[in-house]
Amino acid sequence: MSDLIDDPRMGANDPEFSVTEISGAIKRVVEGEFSNVRIRGEVGRVSFPRSGHVYLDLKDDKSVLSAVIWKGVASRLSVPPEEGMEVVASGRITTFGGQSKYQLVIDDIKPAGVGALMAMLEKRKAALAAEGLFDASRKRPLPYLPEVIGVVTSPSGAVIRDILHRLRDRFPRRVLVWPVAVQGDKCAPEVARAIAGFNEMTPGGALPRPDVLIVARGGGSLEDLWGFNEEVVARAAVASDIPLISAVGHETDTTLIDFVSDKRAPTPTAAAELAVPVRHEILAWVDQQGARLSHALSQSLGQRSQRVRDLSRAMPRVEALLDSPRQCLDVWGDRLPAALRHLVLRRKTFLVERVGTLRPSFLRTRIESETRRLGSLGPRLAPALSRGVGQDRNRFETLNTRLRADVLERDIQQKKRAFSDVARRFSQIATSEVAARRERLDALDRLRETLGYKKTLRRGYAVVREGDQLITTKSDASKAAHLEIEFKDGRMLLTRGATAAKAKKSPSTDDQGTLF
Amino acid sequence: MSETPVEDMTFEQAMSELERVVGQLERGDVALDQSIALYERGALLKKRCEAKLKEAEEKVAAITLDATGTPTGTAPLDGA
Repeated sequence: MSDLIDDPRMGANDPEFSVTEISGAIKRVVEGEFSNVRIRGEVGRVSFPRSGHVYLDLKDDKSVLSAVIWKGVASRLSVPPEEGMEVVASGRITTFGGQSKYQLVIDDIKPAGVGALMAMLEKRKAALAAEGLFDASRKRPLPYLPEVIGVVTSPSGAVIRDILHRLRDRFPRRVLVWPVAVQGDKCAPEVARAIAGFNEMTPGGALPRPDVLIVARGGGSLEDLWGFNEEVVARAAVASDIPLISAVGHETDTTLIDFVSDKRAPTPTAAAELAVPVRHEILAWVDQQGARLSHALSQSLGQRSQRVRDLSRAMPRVEALLDSPRQCLDVWGDRLPAALRHLVLRRKTFLVERVGTLRPSFLRTRIESETRRLGSLGPRLAPALSRGVGQDRNRFETLNTRLRADVLERDIQQKKRAFSDVARRFSQIATSEVAARRERLDALDRLRETLGYKKTLRRGYAVVREGDQLITTKSDASKAAHLEIEFKDGRMLLTRGATAAKAKKSPSTDDQGTLF
Repeated sequence: MSETPVEDMTFEQAMSELERVVGQLERGDVALDQSIALYERGALLKKRCEAKLKEAEEKVAAITLDATGTPTGTAPLDGA
């Protein structure tokens, strides 16, 4: 029996696959089984080729998984993957039969774990701090008593109740609540929109613009609070014109918005305390001020009336004030008539003294002495005049004797002689000069005669002309209409075609002479 | 004295002005006429502060938003 039956070889009857068939089968199994998976791991090598797709490795301490993020997904990612980052990636596994490979196609990837989030937060903080957004100089003071308070938080939950409760205790105010999601993906954009939206409101409008903002959330895990670490929220808080109080999480949680807000409150309740003063304390203070005001005034009035009383007590009687001047008046009144009499007497004595010297005899003596002085000057007048005239006459006589005619006569003779001498010399010079010029002229005329062409004519030469034009060549002569030939004894005109030549009477030499 | 009329002052302005007036009056070195004027001003400021404090009334409303996140009005706050 054993011979009849072969030991069956294991798998001999299994169907045979082609490589492609098995690749396809694996693809179906793998892609069917792992069409939606979440994988936690550390990011290994990452490359960002220009295609826009992102290729990366996910790894843990034993294995490596290739992964790809297609371009469309990569552009939506809030945090680009970085090497060493702890992440949770979700997507599907696909196989690639051509290379016997499989890979994860990522739909979403997020930092995982506190370590990764904290590292990102530190990076953001450093970037915003470098921009100066955390500077203490940027922080604005909160209004002392805001009319309207804007609260950005979840409309349900303990946080808003805590805030409203504390506000009611301290100072009931108008509160506008802008409902937002305080965790999850929608948190950051909604909070940023709410801060901006409050700033867009107009003061005193139907939706009155708040005077102070509170951004609040209760405690939670780092992931829960993560929305308040997003840059859009921090930037919205920076851009807010309304002073902003942040109160996110518990006292130990510090989120990015806490660094840029104008005031950080450790809890939502504390934020309400920062926002408004305690009403009854201020009321007490106002009452106290009122009391001080009344007290100060009544004290001031009391002091003054006391002073008036004191002063009036110290004032003397009116009669006492007048006694002394009155006595004085009496004394001087008594002395007045006697003084007047005395004065008149003194003036009278003075007058009498002056009048005593003023007498007619005094004047008369004065006139007599002046008359005598006049009498002595009168006789001296005539001799003084005649003496003056005598002196001038003597001077005239002296000058008159010095003025004599013969001296003048002699002078005139002398000048006359000198003149006739000069006149003689002048006529001599004039005659000789004229003769010399004439001689020179004759010599020049002779020279002219020798140089002129007339002499040449005398030797047998002739001058040929056509009109005033001198003819010196045969060609000119043959072209000429008529020719005039000058000989030593006159000119002859030759006309072309006419055989007879007509002698032209030459002007007389005498006439020629007169030209020079 | 400040140029801002008391009626237009903010609460904080009125408070600090009242404090100043009280201090000045308490020093007692002002003329009688002026001290009466100061008292009257102080009384006015006190009235202003009290009026502001009386205004304290609570009004809480939640903003309603449309689909695009734009405020459309207010609604009473649930659970407040």
